Amino acid sequence: MPADNMTVPSGPKPKKTLSAHNIILYGVVGLVCFYYLLPLWVMVMTSLKGMPEIRVGNIFAPPLEITFEPWHKAWFTACTGLNCDGLSRGFWNSVQILVPSAIISIFIASVNGYALSNWKFKGSEIFFAILLFGAFIPYQVMIYPIVIILREIGLMGKLGGLVLVHTIFGMPILTLLFRNYFSGLPEELFKAARVDGAGFWGIYFRIMLPMSLPIFVVAMIIQITGIWNDFLFGVIYTKPDTWPMTVQLNNIVNAVQGVKEYNVNMAATLLTGLVPLVIYFVSGKLFVRGIAAGAVKG
Amino acid sequence: MKLHSALMAATALVGASAVSAAELEVTHWWTSGGEAAAVAEFANAFNATEHTWVDGAIAGGGGTARGAIVSRIIGGDPMHATQLNHGRQAEELIEAGLMLDLSDIAEEGGWRDIVNPVGLLDSCTVDGKIYCVPVNIHSWQWIWLSHKAFADAGVDVPANWDEFVAAAPALEAAGKVPLAVGQQSWQSSGAFGVLNVAIGGVDLWTKINVEKDAEAAAGPEMAKVFEAVGNARKFSQGTNVGDWNLATAMVINGEAGGQIMGDWAQGEFAVAEQVAGEDYSCLPGLGVNEIISTGGDAFYFPKQDDPAIEAAQKELAKLLISPEVQVGFNLKKGSLPVRGDIDLSAANDCMKKGLEILASGNILPDGNQVLSSDTTSQIEDVMVEFWNDLSVTPAQAQASYAAIIADAD
Amino acid sequence: MAEAKRPIRLLRNMNSKIAAIPMILTAMVVFIGCTVWTVVYSFTKSRLLPKLDFVGFDQYERLWNSNRWLISVENLFIYGVCSLVLSLLIGFLLAVMLDQKIRFENTIRTIILYPFALSFVVTGLVWQWLLNPDFGVQNVVRSLGWQSFTFDPIYDANIVIFGILIAAIWQGSGLIMVLMLAGLRGIDEEIWKAARVDGIPKWKTYVVVIIPMMKPVFITALVLISSGIIKVYDLVVAQTNGGPGLSSEVPAKYVIDNMFRAQNLGQAFAASTMMLLGVLIILALFGLTQIRGRKNAS
Repeated sequence: MPADNMTVPSGPKPKKTLSAHNIILYGVVGLVCFYYLLPLWVMVMTSLKGMPEIRVGNIFAPPLEITFEPWHKAWFTACTGLNCDGLSRGFWNSVQILVPSAIISIFIASVNGYALSNWKFKGSEIFFAILLFGAFIPYQVMIYPIVIILREIGLMGKLGGLVLVHTIFGMPILTLLFRNYFSGLPEELFKAARVDGAGFWGIYFRIMLPMSLPIFVVAMIIQITGIWNDFLFGVIYTKPDTWPMTVQLNNIVNAVQGVKEYNVNMAATLLTGLVPLVIYFVSGKLFVRGIAAGAVKG
Repeated sequence: MKLHSALMAATALVGASAVSAAELEVTHWWTSGGEAAAVAEFANAFNATEHTWVDGAIAGGGGTARGAIVSRIIGGDPMHATQLNHGRQAEELIEAGLMLDLSDIAEEGGWRDIVNPVGLLDSCTVDGKIYCVPVNIHSWQWIWLSHKAFADAGVDVPANWDEFVAAAPALEAAGKVPLAVGQQSWQSSGAFGVLNVAIGGVDLWTKINVEKDAEAAAGPEMAKVFEAVGNARKFSQGTNVGDWNLATAMVINGEAGGQIMGDWAQGEFAVAEQVAGEDYSCLPGLGVNEIISTGGDAFYFPKQDDPAIEAAQKELAKLLISPEVQVGFNLKKGSLPVRGDIDLSAANDCMKKGLEILASGNILPDGNQVLSSDTTSQIEDVMVEFWNDLSVTPAQAQASYAAIIADAD
Repeated sequence: MAEAKRPIRLLRNMNSKIAAIPMILTAMVVFIGCTVWTVVYSFTKSRLLPKLDFVGFDQYERLWNSNRWLISVENLFIYGVCSLVLSLLIGFLLAVMLDQKIRFENTIRTIILYPFALSFVVTGLVWQWLLNPDFGVQNVVRSLGWQSFTFDPIYDANIVIFGILIAAIWQGSGLIMVLMLAGLRGIDEEIWKAARVDGIPKWKTYVVVIIPMMKPVFITALVLISSGIIKVYDLVVAQTNGGPGLSSEVPAKYVIDNMFRAQNLGQAFAASTMMLLGVLIILALFGLTQIRGRKNAS
């Protein structure tokens, strides 16, 4: 891969002095950061307050008295009907959905991309074009027939069904990503391996896989955030027992017993956002490169 | 939390001892405080047998929940029992053979003799077979009034709708929302239905909803109803809540003067430990003509392959209609029991009023029993817009409404 | 790939074909098959269960007579146009800002991009809280002394769609910014030098020189944004649930509500077919401009 061009500014050189230009510039920068950080700040602050303080106070103000009770409640005891086990169940469901979905969809898409770039066969480009077109079809068009397909193969309401759905809808973008990446690898490698007698799978596992760690990481990031954040498929293809975290979050926030507990809602919201946020902060530059690669080349 | 650990303990016990024990997943949309307390009565009674109740509560009201329930049944992954409003919601599912026939236990238990009014059982019946257990009678025809709000505004608690309208400006002046109406569409539609019966009369309502008379729906009598609703919606501005129970909470706290809502609202007053007649008042039929609608909740049992499960399903069905469970459940829920042969001396004033009206036979069917889901949700769409968007005139709303009735089947 | 012996055609590249089976199935069964199925059933009067009772264009007639559908389409149009223009504009301006060799560039980029890691459900719930008139921005400004301040994009029907827009931009503009920044960094330093030598002011250089050079990036961003617009669903469900009244309904929600709540499949299928048609029209227009652009270039 070429050097990361994101870190080398190429714009006009700034002046070192505290010019009017710089004051305006940093003023704007400050405002922008304020807008983007405000919701996070409010979420955290609200989740640390007690309800009486929320009722009288200012949502932007830090808590006078910090309490972790809302977090505890959101995770362990928030109720939907008689189910008072908080978000924890949804969390584990999401994990169970995420791990196989991410692995299977990435494996299939990488093999697709590999076949499309190195082992073209008659019609392969047509299927690929249909696949890409599929990325633009509104999900609503396909939702109901998929219910029928899942029923026929006995996967409706099961985690396996949702894994299948994620694999299908993740396929266009991931296949494109892998196809472009494999096409960019030097062809000599592939030819040399062919001469040595390696076959389709041999080349894939021994040559291609070891060389494509970066793109796999990128695909992982795209899939992990995408699958974790899904709501629509979760709400339609699973049942209360297997609901992913986003669906359960929406439920807990909307199932109000007595008064609406904004602090618990915000803690629950933060908890749900935590996984992709951690991925984002840990993977940092790779995340940026990932979405840029997924998007720019597409 | 207590409930949760009780359930866990019950699960453990059952798992250890019984052989024929089954776990039944039961879906419903009872998620407010009063509702959850009521459904716990079912769950505890069922857990006291060798079986286990696995709760599948779905939030967001019946509209949202029904979607999840129906898609699972047609997706071939049915729950073992589910709440639905009996009537036409399950029609096609029954016709497609997806629901368990309960005729044998109904006959054995003599349901036809004990269920009162027997119309509830008719709504469960398709081609002479019974497919659901009615568990309660819910009437939409109530308005709930906050004594505190009227005291704050310095006016007497009204005794009927006209007095309420007259008192509304005073409430507004005192910074109250006169009439709390939650944002969800079924609530707007329900409030409209109640005003329809109170102002237009039962005959008009029946003509339109049962006989699907579009001319009546477009007629001058109905125009009066729309005018009244057009007036009432102005009282509801500022109800910035979605869920019905949050709107009820406004009445409980005295932030709102009243709420037109079915008798399930009583469960919320009970949870808040308010006393009928002291903290709040209830007027059946808006105090205009005392009547109750006999809709309600029923449980359906989607067909399963496993005979052990089927036996457990039938056991649950019997349990739901048994006298003790009926009493416990309905007292918590604020609804009326489906059987006339049980003692409800523990009922509060509002429930007693309801029971009296029921006994007098002043009843009408519920919208869900006479209109298809499709028609109901079209009406809901019109009503939620009418209540919330003041630029929609009563005449416009009436025209849309009449068109829907003309197409209704 | 010249091979010594040529096996029969079907068997050639057999492994590749086998590996591509998931892709072929997805393309043909799901993307083509399910779409066709939905379109066919949109001409029936299916209610709760799909039935082949053809009724011609009845469902479409009812659809376009439905006030709720018209509001949904109008909302999607307003939301779509605003979100397209604002995302591109804000994304580009943020990228230009970050390209000024400012300090803490990485930190600021992280701040702008983090909302993209969060789901629409989380986004909707946060902004619902932040914009809540009784607790959020309106309340805070009023408590600072400006009593008549009114800003209520949750319960005010006239501006509710802009509340959703604010949330959507917050969530998605970081991605566009990253794309644009990559595009800016890809532009040759020589061009800036030449512009400076010619004495062209900086803003003019951006408008006249840089933006036209970044056309591919803009197109990518355009495609990304517009494919997101038509799918908008979770955000509305979480933030306003279509209210107040019908004022923030969107087509995707109309489909799901009819499919599962109103139990009118035919109507839902007709609506989703219209969504598909909308996408096809946009894609066709897009393809047309591409072709014309190529002609002009040659």
